[in-house]
Amino acid sequence: MHRGEWGLHLSRVWYAVAVETFLGPDEPPRMHERLPDLFAGYEPGPYFCELTSERAGDGGAAAAVCTRIAAIGLDALRARATAAENDLFNLGITFTVYSDATAIDRILPFDCIPRILTAAEWRVLEAGVKQRVTALNAFLYDIYHGRRIVKEGVIPAELVFGNPNYRPEMEEFPVRFGTYVHICGTDIVRDREGRFLVLEDNARTPSGVSYVVENRHLMSRTFPDLMAGMRLRPVDDYGLRLLSAMAEIAPEGVDDPQVALLSPGIYNSAYFEHVFLAREMGVPLVEGADLFVEDDKVWMSTTGGRRPVHTIYRRIGDDFLDPTVFRPDSLLGVPGLIGAWRRGNVALANAVGTGVADDKAVYAYMPRIIRFYLGEDAILANVETHICREPEGLAFTLDHLDELVVKPVGESGGYGITIGPRASRAQIKAARAALLADPANWISQPVVPLSVAPTLTEDGIRPRHLDLRPYAVTGRDTWVMPGGLSRVALKQGSLVVNSSQGGGSKDTWVLADDEPIGGGAP
Amino acid sequence: MNRDLPLLARYAEGLFWMARYLERVENIARLVDVTQTFESPGREAESWFALVRINADEEGFARRGLPPTAEAVKRFYLLDRDNPTSVPASLESARTNARTLRPLISTEMWMQLNVFHRDMTAIAERDLRGDRLNRLCVRIKEGVQAHTGITEGTLFRDQGWLFYQLGRLIERADQTTRLLDIRYHLLVPSGSGEERRVAERTQWGGVLRGAAGYHAFRRVAPPAFMPADVVGFLLTNGQFPRSVALCVEQIEWLLGRLRARWGLRGTGAALERVEELRSAILGRPIEAIIADGLHQFLDGVQRDLILLASEIGTAFFRDWRPLAGQGK
Repeated sequence: MHRGEWGLHLSRVWYAVAVETFLGPDEPPRMHERLPDLFAGYEPGPYFCELTSERAGDGGAAAAVCTRIAAIGLDALRARATAAENDLFNLGITFTVYSDATAIDRILPFDCIPRILTAAEWRVLEAGVKQRVTALNAFLYDIYHGRRIVKEGVIPAELVFGNPNYRPEMEEFPVRFGTYVHICGTDIVRDREGRFLVLEDNARTPSGVSYVVENRHLMSRTFPDLMAGMRLRPVDDYGLRLLSAMAEIAPEGVDDPQVALLSPGIYNSAYFEHVFLAREMGVPLVEGADLFVEDDKVWMSTTGGRRPVHTIYRRIGDDFLDPTVFRPDSLLGVPGLIGAWRRGNVALANAVGTGVADDKAVYAYMPRIIRFYLGEDAILANVETHICREPEGLAFTLDHLDELVVKPVGESGGYGITIGPRASRAQIKAARAALLADPANWISQPVVPLSVAPTLTEDGIRPRHLDLRPYAVTGRDTWVMPGGLSRVALKQGSLVVNSSQGGGSKDTWVLADDEPIGGGAP
Repeated sequence: MNRDLPLLARYAEGLFWMARYLERVENIARLVDVTQTFESPGREAESWFALVRINADEEGFARRGLPPTAEAVKRFYLLDRDNPTSVPASLESARTNARTLRPLISTEMWMQLNVFHRDMTAIAERDLRGDRLNRLCVRIKEGVQAHTGITEGTLFRDQGWLFYQLGRLIERADQTTRLLDIRYHLLVPSGSGEERRVAERTQWGGVLRGAAGYHAFRRVAPPAFMPADVVGFLLTNGQFPRSVALCVEQIEWLLGRLRARWGLRGTGAALERVEELRSAILGRPIEAIIADGLHQFLDGVQRDLILLASEIGTAFFRDWRPLAGQGK
């Protein structure tokens, strides 16, 4: 079963590299106002800082947050942070980590200093995420229908059809509005200049959105004085947006569709999130055994007998959905589900077979995929990626092996990665040999100097690296939840933000406009 | 807004069992508390072993190779996670059910249960000693009572509420019969005449206190009460919340609501059982029941309650296996 689903993305171990060596002495411009004393030891160094780097149009929000934090003082800040984390435990806002025979409920550590995005920054992110999701859906439609993108040589056939996540069952199968990726999480980082870069697309079952909403609730309970007068874009209509999308994609002709969330159950590490989403949508959280297929329709077992189900937001992987089609040993799924789906009697979100689109190798082609379908340049750039199956990519990689991160395309979990700046001579040599033996299996990327944000640590307020995962919901149209999950690496110098690696999270504020913030602050 | 809300069979079952396990937790605390007051000097072991008998746990107790001492019995019910009738095991099962019910129950219900469960996992040997034992029992009872109050004030009153109440009331009726049965397993006080009658009355008073019914009983019973008055009160009183008859009456009402308001068919078999229970309890004078053997009678009521629960399960939970004993 999905052990540590929430702790995915081990592939990003490669970020744990000291990047200072690549950076010059220049620092990005900082806020003009003098920072309060509490921030005296705060040195973001060469990185872009999400709070103190100078940004137009924040209406004074960042400076106000710094001042207010200083007014609260370090001791009170710590006491409140502890209380906030206790709240999370008591509320059971936890993910379960299984090791050996024990199951431990852990919270996602909450850092109380918010991350702020200006209205202008958000406009870029929102447009960029929408564009990306649109392209991902167009790509999926194409590869399961006309295969134009392959025929025209934009992307190599074997990357698509040889991909283990490619599902022949999906060929020529219509999905409503051409939407395959109904829920998408886009992992975004920021470089030294503050430029947003996409690190990864999560087009299968991205998790974490519950923490965005819960962090905001926690923030307003514990730090009302920090938020006073701030005009923030709300996040708590996520459930309603999601429900609307789920209703939109229900089979045609169903007036009042029954939506359900399909979860592997209470032992899944992301169970809290499943509960959260079911509650926010006001729909039943079902397990595979609650559902059955009869007459090619999906039903749930209720006290009053069977009831039809029309849309399933499933939080289990393709492989486990239907033991009669995919893994026969799956006890989590529903026998016959895919048959009912192909008959058009039930909708699934996300669609089956979206894993091709968030593949690492396909990622490298995303800028071209966007151009191909939309005729536009990507609004959000990729991390510069060298495709070694292409001669110039290979040549560049071989010339800069000691500066680059070299990754095999088919692997996940951080296997087979060579981190140039950290590698020994022998490792570099081995990487070179592997590259030359099978160039198509490799891509390379520079190490990204992730931005930082002030974070409460044992040593006081210190810079810590972070990323951002906005969530996009697509039925007929795409809606992007303002902000997203900011994950922060709590260890000094670490660039690994994953919860499984000691990462935490921050409340992410999207300012509604660029007017000066309101009064009412202490 | 008048949508007929369906309820997953699994949720109905989870609510039923969550309520049952919590009611059980409260009653274990009550039984332990009463037993302590029955403890007669020099014969503690026998007093405590009565607890094992009324729960029909002799076998499980023996299988662990435990000595029949007061300490062993206390540990068995308050600390032993592997004993399915213990406080920690029942609480674990209640919480596991609550976890599956999180999409349904109120956040406040979940939070209280989560915190209560965590507090109780910290109970240690030292909490069973001396005056701490009584305080522990109070804490346990209050934990469940807090749950009950939060539930009353926050749980959505659809059919799920009815299943929740059914679980609670079936367990409560069962526990009242066990509390009554404790007297059967206890030694009859020694002495004779007035002295013995007073001692016996003290024991029955203890049973009433265990059910939190002493004062209510005083209001309705004659000053010089007989054992039959206590038995009658706990079995047949129509106003006392822990009396078997009141539980049965409410169970009947709940089953009726399931059918009338929520259109659930299949309550017939369960209602038959309720009929039988009612006529067993109210059909004969208490004196006749006692004369025929109270212990056997209570055994019969317990069996009827088991059958009643299984009829409800067959009709509404379908092939769902109860989470009983899975809470480890």
